[in-house]
Amino acid sequence: MSVSLETRNLTIRFGGHVAVDSVSCAFAPGTLTAIVGPNGAGKTTYFNLISGQLRATAGQVFLHGEDLSAMSAPLRTRRGIGRAFQLTNLFPNLTVLENVRLAVQSRARLGLNLWSVWSNHRELVGKAEEVLELVALKDRRHVAAAALAHGDQRKLEVAILMALEPDVFMFDEPTAGMSVDEVPVILDLVRRLKGERDKTILLVEHKMDVVRELADRIIVLHNGALVADGEPAAVIASPVVQEAYLGVGAQA
Amino acid sequence: MLSALLSHDRPASRLLAALLVAIVVGLAFAPFLFPGAKSLSVAAKILVFIVLVASYDLLLGYTGIVSFAHTMFFGIGAYGVAIALARLGPGWGAVALGVALALALSLVLSFVIGLFSLRVRAIFYAMITLAVAAAFQTLASQLSDLTGGEDGLSFKVPEALTPGFSLADAPFLGVSLDGRLLSYYLLFFAAAALFLVMLRIVNSPFGRVLQAIRENDFRAEALGYRTVVYRTLSNVLGAGFATLAGALLALWLRYNGPDTSLSFEIMLDILLMVVIGGMGTMYGAVVGATLFILAQSYLQDLMRIAGAALGDLPAAGGFLAALLSPDRWLLWLGVLFVLSVYYFPAGIVGRLRARAAAAKP
Repeated sequence: MSVSLETRNLTIRFGGHVAVDSVSCAFAPGTLTAIVGPNGAGKTTYFNLISGQLRATAGQVFLHGEDLSAMSAPLRTRRGIGRAFQLTNLFPNLTVLENVRLAVQSRARLGLNLWSVWSNHRELVGKAEEVLELVALKDRRHVAAAALAHGDQRKLEVAILMALEPDVFMFDEPTAGMSVDEVPVILDLVRRLKGERDKTILLVEHKMDVVRELADRIIVLHNGALVADGEPAAVIASPVVQEAYLGVGAQA
Repeated sequence: MLSALLSHDRPASRLLAALLVAIVVGLAFAPFLFPGAKSLSVAAKILVFIVLVASYDLLLGYTGIVSFAHTMFFGIGAYGVAIALARLGPGWGAVALGVALALALSLVLSFVIGLFSLRVRAIFYAMITLAVAAAFQTLASQLSDLTGGEDGLSFKVPEALTPGFSLADAPFLGVSLDGRLLSYYLLFFAAAALFLVMLRIVNSPFGRVLQAIRENDFRAEALGYRTVVYRTLSNVLGAGFATLAGALLALWLRYNGPDTSLSFEIMLDILLMVVIGGMGTMYGAVVGATLFILAQSYLQDLMRIAGAALGDLPAAGGFLAALLSPDRWLLWLGVLFVLSVYYFPAGIVGRLRARAAAAKP
């Protein structure tokens, strides 16, 4: 299996508490890996360690063989690690279009251009509008992000990630809090990404039907440690998962 | 053409556009429209403060950096010109040298302050800048051999800018074409150019990142923008423009001292001007600086007239007259400020734009 993203013994301790405990895992392009586990299992923390919002106490993160462990979050993003956040994390007073355009602009490495006028870079605006079209938000593009309904904010969060065009897509419960009829828009997008075959997709998701349908592979975190890894059907059926995860909640 | 000059950042409100045109026309023809030494000085002060306030808006309004060291850079510019002209004698070479050295000092200082302290939380950054500014003010008054201490420095400016210099014998439209007029127009065109450059910067891709950082720096980082780099650059740019504003002030006043360019009072004034005008709008600097300085300069006169008129009335009139005594002008400025923040939290420009946006179908 070819490897794009890899974590080796990735660990973080907060005082005496080990939130992520020596997780070693390699991810291949073209696969969607679902990360499951009960609340507090360390899924989001694991994401934060990969995308650089947190620095690991021990262990490394590699992307295409390059060690990213010492890099800050913006540098990791530039290397190709893209992240959508669990708690909606937008530029509230900027327009929907501007939220996405900023991501396109970052991808184009134009941020340090002081002398051109932003609106003259029509290709950036056009690209941002294309992405908004994908999540059905184009009509709302001139509205401030804060004025969007919760479901639309979640879509915008995903749109920003799409606009970054990373190699690694990390979705942290992208459909949480969405109404039933909005969920398919996001899932279609994820499916499309999978179809591109060269993207590495990581998905934290509680809805087991979604996981079953989309995932090529499931890894299970429990108390910060990797406790199961494999084909969806096998993992879901395994006793450790039944006990650690599915037995706890009623999500299944 | 005009739109390109304004970096396609239109006033977006007819009322605001009219207000801006009135201010620009008023300033452009001030020597002819408002003859007299005082009114010309007020107009010149407005020009300098438009640049200074706009440069502060770049920091506060666009990047969300709260700095109290802005007058330090303003002072460095003014002292740069003052010291160079006092030491080297009047000449354009001395002006250029003074401005260049002042700019270099400001850029290095702002870079170092930015790099070392923009990583910390906003409130600590504000305190650090406060401390640095206070230290610098003390330094400037202690180094009296160089800066003239508390008394400041009076100096001669290049001959073309002196009142004695005459461009033509006959007055034009009742205004003598002397060096004062030339000085004024030097200020006018320099201020206009600097303002337009700043307007361009805030409307560049870089400027958009600054606003993103102000909104949500965590998210800006996750998008791949190294916020420390942007914040530091914004700090350096703001300092540079403030320095140039200071240089213009010194050229106009032919004097510089701690009270004219370094005092903490000026820091508060520019903070008020940014807030009154509207943070993060650039045009707010024009409106805020103009209204504030007009009020500062003429409120006392207005109150003197009102106080005198009421002074003739008995009893209650006496109380009113006391309230309207010119000594109370700061009280009234305070009232005006509180009212304007209460009714226009987004500043005058923000309010006018919101009104125009709401009026659209």
